[in-house]
Amino acid sequence: MTADIHDISVTVNGTSYRRQVEGRLLLSDFIRHDLLLAGTHVGCEHGVCGACTIIFDGAAVRSCLMFAAQADGHDIMTVEGLAPDHERLHPLQQAMRECHGLQCGYCTPGILMTMKVFLEENPAPDEAQIREALSGNLCRCTGYQHIVEAVQLAAERLRK
Amino acid sequence: MKPAPFRYIAARSLDQALRLKAEWGDEARFLAGGQSLVPTMNFRLTQPAALIDINPLAELSGLRNGGRLLSIGALTRYRMLERDPKVGRHLPLIAEALPHIAHPQIRNRGTIGGNLAHADPASEMPAIVVALGGRLRAQSLRGERWIDAADFFVGALTTALHADEMLTEVELPAVPQRTGCCFMEVSRRRGDFAMIGVACTLQVDESGRCAAARIALCNAGDGPVFAAEASQSLVGRAIGAADIKEAADLVQRAIDPGGSIHASKEFQRHLAGVLTGRALAAANERARRDR
Amino acid sequence: MNVVATRNFGAPVTRNEDARLLSGQALFVDDVELPGMVYAAFLRSSVAHARIRSIDVSAARARDGVVAVYTAEDLGSYWAPGPLLVPPPPIKDIVFNQRTQVPLARDKVRHVGEPLAVVLAHSRYLAEDALADIAVDLDPLPAVVDLERAAADDAARVHDDVRGNVAARVWQGRGNYAAARARAARVVGRRFRYDHGCSSPIETRGVVANWDARANRLTIWDTTQAPVFFRNGIAAMLGLSERQVRVIAPFVGGGFGPKIMLFYPEEVVIPWAAKKLNRPVKWIEDRLEHFFATTHERGQTHDAEIAVDADGRILGVKDVFLHDTGAYNPYGLTVPINSQCTLLGPYAIANYDSTFTAVFTNKPIVTPYRGAGRQHGVFVIERLLDIAAHELKIDRAEIRRRNLIPPDAFPYNNEIIYQDFAPLSYDSGNYQPILDKALEMIGYRRFLADEQPRLRAQGRNVGIGVACYVEGTGIGPYEGAKVQVQANGKVSLATGIGTQGQGHFTAFAQIVADQLGVDVRDVDVVTGDTDQFYWGAGTFASRGAVVAGNAVNEAAKVVRQKILKLAAEHFECAEEDLEIADGKVAVVGVPGQSVALGALALKANPMRGAVKPGTEPGLESTQYFGPPSGATASGVHAMIVEVDPQTCTLEVRKYVVVHDCGTVINPLILAGQIHGGVAQGIGNAFYEQLVFDEDGQLLNASLADYLLPTALEVPHMELAHTVTVSPLNPLGIKGAGEAGAIPVGPLFAQAIEDALGLLHNNIELNEIPLSPSRLFELTAKPATAR
Repeated sequence: MTADIHDISVTVNGTSYRRQVEGRLLLSDFIRHDLLLAGTHVGCEHGVCGACTIIFDGAAVRSCLMFAAQADGHDIMTVEGLAPDHERLHPLQQAMRECHGLQCGYCTPGILMTMKVFLEENPAPDEAQIREALSGNLCRCTGYQHIVEAVQLAAERLRK
Repeated sequence: MKPAPFRYIAARSLDQALRLKAEWGDEARFLAGGQSLVPTMNFRLTQPAALIDINPLAELSGLRNGGRLLSIGALTRYRMLERDPKVGRHLPLIAEALPHIAHPQIRNRGTIGGNLAHADPASEMPAIVVALGGRLRAQSLRGERWIDAADFFVGALTTALHADEMLTEVELPAVPQRTGCCFMEVSRRRGDFAMIGVACTLQVDESGRCAAARIALCNAGDGPVFAAEASQSLVGRAIGAADIKEAADLVQRAIDPGGSIHASKEFQRHLAGVLTGRALAAANERARRDR
Repeated sequence: MNVVATRNFGAPVTRNEDARLLSGQALFVDDVELPGMVYAAFLRSSVAHARIRSIDVSAARARDGVVAVYTAEDLGSYWAPGPLLVPPPPIKDIVFNQRTQVPLARDKVRHVGEPLAVVLAHSRYLAEDALADIAVDLDPLPAVVDLERAAADDAARVHDDVRGNVAARVWQGRGNYAAARARAARVVGRRFRYDHGCSSPIETRGVVANWDARANRLTIWDTTQAPVFFRNGIAAMLGLSERQVRVIAPFVGGGFGPKIMLFYPEEVVIPWAAKKLNRPVKWIEDRLEHFFATTHERGQTHDAEIAVDADGRILGVKDVFLHDTGAYNPYGLTVPINSQCTLLGPYAIANYDSTFTAVFTNKPIVTPYRGAGRQHGVFVIERLLDIAAHELKIDRAEIRRRNLIPPDAFPYNNEIIYQDFAPLSYDSGNYQPILDKALEMIGYRRFLADEQPRLRAQGRNVGIGVACYVEGTGIGPYEGAKVQVQANGKVSLATGIGTQGQGHFTAFAQIVADQLGVDVRDVDVVTGDTDQFYWGAGTFASRGAVVAGNAVNEAAKVVRQKILKLAAEHFECAEEDLEIADGKVAVVGVPGQSVALGALALKANPMRGAVKPGTEPGLESTQYFGPPSGATASGVHAMIVEVDPQTCTLEVRKYVVVHDCGTVINPLILAGQIHGGVAQGIGNAFYEQLVFDEDGQLLNASLADYLLPTALEVPHMELAHTVTVSPLNPLGIKGAGEAGAIPVGPLFAQAIEDALGLLHNNIELNEIPLSPSRLFELTAKPATAR
């Protein structure tokens, strides 16, 4: 069949992009290879590992389970949009660094996106709630403990 | 793991979506949340020739409280159900099950209609709508029809929907007075498919005897299983441990679990008995509290 | 005196590399985008064992968007079985049959997923479309799956000329087991099955190759743990000089062992294709492929027995085991040798008789994965001790205590050959304090005396477990490092070893910062780029910090001496009168008399004048470190678990690790390594299992069904450390990368047995992994049907 091409207009990290995409192009591939925002990582392409998690219209979603064409007219935030500017890190990023919440860093962007929304909706979570919120993101390096500490630290700072 | 080629069509109206589905038939699939469909497409286990994206159809989303009955649009995302206080109040069985359904990111996109139409025998929601005795609305260019939950799930990954039909609405009875509900499952990790799940409702009358009981299970067969005999066995009794045990034994005998790499058939059958006992005890206690 | 300030060494310094990783600015292999790049997809066998009758790629070649399709035939003389990475160790009477993997299957396929052909197209999407166009005619053969049946003389043969699928047979021992057995008060013998899963890093593998015909250079980005060895091998294969090839292992998303396997088919084919097409080629493994295309660890079956005296002291151990090596054995015998050696643990076992047969099967290749076979051996000895303790009515912790090697017995020579080809000698250790500390932290006595009886009376099933192990770490051959003070005052450090998350950018910087008196943030580390550092082995066997760390230290020390020498000349004073701190060299007690390191570096590289013969320009040094043998780390894990006897699900209530890895460079990084190892150990013990059917099909090739632990399955862990400094390297450090993963299996078995009171009902848990369903099977049936 001839390629199925669509015009899309999508806002990513505050910037508006107009592109032409094949209907079957996964949103994760669009972000990484068309927009060259390679901070969002791909780990499984079946929606389990969470490495590809982005914020879509304010909700944390798996970008590997969406098509770029679906993003037309919508708003996306990726890890590149998390820090307020080049000089400063977001409190979550800062806390992850201080608590050694990342090792290889591959699952980290997905966790940052998930936790950003989680903390906005749950500003004072306990450890059990944090672990439950984290359970949709797989990490093979850290054993999660330092990530939990980082989220607790970030929550505390964000509340101030 | 990239999907095979297909035509992507963003539906502009329900009418257009139905017309497209009538044209393409089984060659096209509706794209709702995509949380079940897209993984199978990425594995190339499913290769539809066309995807009709119904996410733009906002009218298919929403929860309406009609008093005795609640109506949930098929495109309603699980995340919305998690946040709507009406669900906790009138559909406590769903509220209790939601944290077990996949993970928050999946629930942000996944829809109740998509989940039901996918009809995975291990899925929680089919068992719940069967336990509640709900109805599902199927629409096509030819018109519409209501299908009882008991008749909707025909087999593994198969529903009673015709090739040109779309599931557009789920109608569920609000929990009546003096009714306790309970959903329980055992899975390998939180959010995984249940090895066995039990959804039950138990209503008592003024004298404390059981007026109605409904028990349904997930992953106990090739679709949600309604345990009719076990449910009936409780009616009229002042429920005690012995009655619950009897019902649990009846459930064990009624089901035909398929077994999997995660749980042997014998283990599933054993779990069905254990969970039925625990869920009925909890439902019974909740029913008594709700007087 | 110019004492080295140890501000950074031993401190929980936050990592230099994190800002980039946290903001999505770190380069991973799939982030490499090159103009004109084509994308590869491999056609993989869907059957485990078959003869190849024909492969017809003509339709695939004709598809729009396909640039090329290659089979083994197209590779011509380039096609060859891969090199043997680790030769068999020098053990008497060893039997070893080398059979290594090939770039694309020819004549025969030997496991599901073995590559048959490669498609190169304008996108991965198109390449995958074209795979369906390829017509493969296979003649299926009986699949060799079960270990014991594979070892039978008349079994189907994975390799036609290898009878009984014997990849190797090895006997090692010490003392006289038969004599020991004869005088034993008790002999406990059992069959044990230990299955270890696959590494499943969140980043799969990938290779990008770019041949620049005009510069006559090949650049390869690869998710490898061994960039230098890979560069050397691929250059030789392609007929290029090593200097023509640059291998870059950028940020790698988790290694854990299988990314050090070398000359994977894809690693051999992709650079060749790039050179042939004169276009950059990218191959990124998807998750489905990862289950077949990247190596596993898997199973062993042990028939083992322990001979003890009436007090539970070990007189001897005998073990006969089968090891599944998969379809090929490029990594030699590292995994089973580790099992064989690590079984001895921290215990004084004077008599040991161990035989193993490594068996070919029609399954993916087995190579080391975090723990690298140590788990299997540790499971056997820990279980034997538990059963012996039960039979002799000795407390489980006590029987271990009685057998620990005493602290005055080091270096302790176990005589048998270890994976580094040297006799297994423990350089240092003090095991009793570790056990004591673990028991104290878990509250062992109090739990058994008070908590457990109290909770049992309430109908709750709680149990406690304790497991001990040692780990040979920090083996050679060597690593190197180049340290250089730059004109801007920053210090650059290059080493051949790569990074997969261990914090090398920081740990090594800490060492340099202390030697050269600079801020750890001013040390710029480059790893994993063969153009930046020529020599090295790689990250494996818990050796990075030990071997590369010491090389870094040696290089920094030499640079320090050069700084002092040059500064002394500059100030016309004695070296003893100088101190280096805060990026400057200053004369002690004379304020204002100081020179910045950067200025000194400029001085060392004059544009005029002369550099004295026998000296070098700049403030730079390259040094190597190669320990003669490994340093032995050790530890104890303890756990309290609660089991629901009806659902057979469990919850870990408390988890303790006490660990000795010698001197600690960065306690934060060390804790992270332990946590991560334990998490993988928990996966191994109770969640992860590669399930093969009798046709060699993997039934759970997805993350939905291959169960990695999440934040809800991994508990909070409490850590403590003891330090026995290693005498084998100047920094006194021992490796720590694998420790967390090693003893978790026997710990779970023991604690679950305790929680459910299984031993009293003659039910034992002698296999890993366990699961609720398996526990149900084992506990629901009568004791005789085990």
